[in-house]
Amino acid sequence: MSISAIIMMFIGCGIVWGGAIVTILIALAVDKKNSLKKNQNSL
Amino acid sequence: MRENWQSRKGFIFAAAGAAIGLGNLWRFPFQAYKNGGGAFLLPYLVALITCAIPLMIMEYAYGRKIRGGSVKAFSKLKKKFEVVGWVQVMVPIIVMTYYSAIISVSLIFMVYSLGHALGIINWLSNPGPVMGMVVGSAENAMDLGAGISIYILVAVIFVWVCNWLIVRKGISGGIEKMSTIFTPMLMILMVIFMINAIRLQGAAIGLEALFRPDFTKILDPSIWVSAYAQVFFSTTLAVGVMIAYGSYLHEKADVVNSAFITVFANASFDLIAGILVFSTLGYLVNDMGVEFTSFGTGAGVAFIAFPIAISTMSSNVVIQGLLGFIFFFCLFIAGISSSISMLESFTTAALDKFNISRKKLVSIISIVGLCGSVCFASYAGFNFILDIVDAYVGNIVIAGLGLVEVILISYIYGTKELRQEANAFSDFKVGKWWEYLLRYFTPVLLGVVVITNLFNLVTGLFNQDMAGIISNIVFGWGTVVIMIGASVIFYKRKWTTNAHQ
Repeated sequence: MSISAIIMMFIGCGIVWGGAIVTILIALAVDKKNSLKKNQNSL
Repeated sequence: MRENWQSRKGFIFAAAGAAIGLGNLWRFPFQAYKNGGGAFLLPYLVALITCAIPLMIMEYAYGRKIRGGSVKAFSKLKKKFEVVGWVQVMVPIIVMTYYSAIISVSLIFMVYSLGHALGIINWLSNPGPVMGMVVGSAENAMDLGAGISIYILVAVIFVWVCNWLIVRKGISGGIEKMSTIFTPMLMILMVIFMINAIRLQGAAIGLEALFRPDFTKILDPSIWVSAYAQVFFSTTLAVGVMIAYGSYLHEKADVVNSAFITVFANASFDLIAGILVFSTLGYLVNDMGVEFTSFGTGAGVAFIAFPIAISTMSSNVVIQGLLGFIFFFCLFIAGISSSISMLESFTTAALDKFNISRKKLVSIISIVGLCGSVCFASYAGFNFILDIVDAYVGNIVIAGLGLVEVILISYIYGTKELRQEANAFSDFKVGKWWEYLLRYFTPVLLGVVVITNLFNLVTGLFNQDMAGIISNIVFGWGTVVIMIGASVIFYKRKWTTNAHQ
C-alpha cells in the first residue's frame, strides 16, 4: 500500500473509531459518576 | 403510561442497530471508491459533523420533548403539518416492503450455506446459478408475468413474522431486548470478518484502491453531494425512526452524547464494511484477475463476491459452509435490526393518534406490509421494480423530508429552545454552532442533495427506452402518489387519543 493510502486509512479510521470510543468512555464515566452520587445520597 | 427505554445501553444499541443496515455494506465502500478514494473521507467526515450529528441531536431532543412519534411531533408545530409526519412514517413502511425481500435473500443463503456445510449442495464457489434460481429473471419492470420466486416469498413471510414478533412486544420487551443481543453480536462478527479479510493475500490491493486519495477530485462539488447523501441516508434520519426512539427516552436522559455515539457507531460500521469489502475484492482481483466492479456495486458484492471468497478461504466444505452461514447471519441481523425500527416508526406515530392496541396495530401493518413485499418477490419486482422504488422513495423523498423537517423544526419550534432541551441532561453540551448548522448550513446542503438527485433522476429518464419510462412513472411516481394519498387519508381521520392536546 502507498504511504498516502495508509495515512488516509489511519485518519479516517482514527477519527471515526476514536470518536466512537471517546464518546462511549464519556458516557461510561458520567454513568459511573451518577451512580456514585446516587449511592452517596442513599447513604 | 408511555414506555421508556430500560437502560441507556439498550437505547443506543437499538438506535445504532436501526442506523446500521445492509446498505452500509455496499453503499459506503463504492461511494468512496468512485469519489476519490481516501480523499472522499474528508467530505465524509465533514458531513458527519455538520449534518448527521446535528440532525440526530435534533430528532432525539424533539422526540423526547414531544414524547411522541413524527405525527404528533409535526402536529405540535402546526395542525396542518401533521401530514408531513404521516408521509415521514409512510416511507419506512414502503422501504420495508422491498428491504425485507433483500433480507430474505440473506436468509435463503444462510440455509444454503448450511446445506453446503452438510455436503448437500456445493454452491459457494459458484453462487451464480443459486442466485439466478432465487431471484429469477425478467425482461423489464413491466414483465410481471415472468413469475414469482417461491424462495423469496417463503423467506419474506419469515422476515415479517420476525418483525411482528419483536415489535408487538413493545420497546423494552421487544426492540430493546433484541437490539441488546443483535447489535453487539453484529459488530463483533463483522470485526472478526474484517480482521480475517485483511489477512487475505491481495487485501492490500483492495485497501489501496479504497484509500488511495485522489485530491484532484476534492474540489468537485459532486463528491461533496455524494458524501452528504451517503451520511444522510446511512443514519436513518428523516423517516421518523429517531424521533420515535427519542420519544421513549426518559425525560432526564442524555441526548447529545447518545447522538454522537449513534452516528460514530454507524460510521464505524461504514469503515469496517469498506475494509471488509475491499480486502475481499482485492483478494479476488489478485486470485481470479477480475475487476473491483466485476460483481457490481450493489447487493451483488454480498451475494456473489463473498460466497466465492468464502469458498477459497478453506478447502474444507464444512468450514466453508459455516463461514457462509455466519456471514449471511450477520446480513440477516443487520437487516432485521433496521426493519424493526422502521416498523416501530409507523407504530409509534399511529399509536399516538389512534386508540388501538399495539398488538392489533402491529398485526395490521405487518399483514399490509407483507402484501406489499409479495410484489418484490416476483422476478420483475426483485430485479427491476425494487431499484425504481428505492430511487424515488429511498433517495428523493427521504432527502426532501429531511429538508422540510429541519426547516420546520428549526424555524417554528426554534433552535434556541431545542438546544436548551438537548443540553439539559446531556453528558456534554452543544454550543451555538449547532443552531447555525441547523438553521443555515444543513438546509442548504440538503436542498442541493434533493435538487441533484431529482435532476439525475429526471435526466436519467431520457436515456431509457419506453418500458423504462413507463415503469418509472408507474412504480416510481405511482408509489410517491400512493404514499402521499395514504398520508392525507390518515391525516384527515380524527384523533381518538388525547395525545395531541
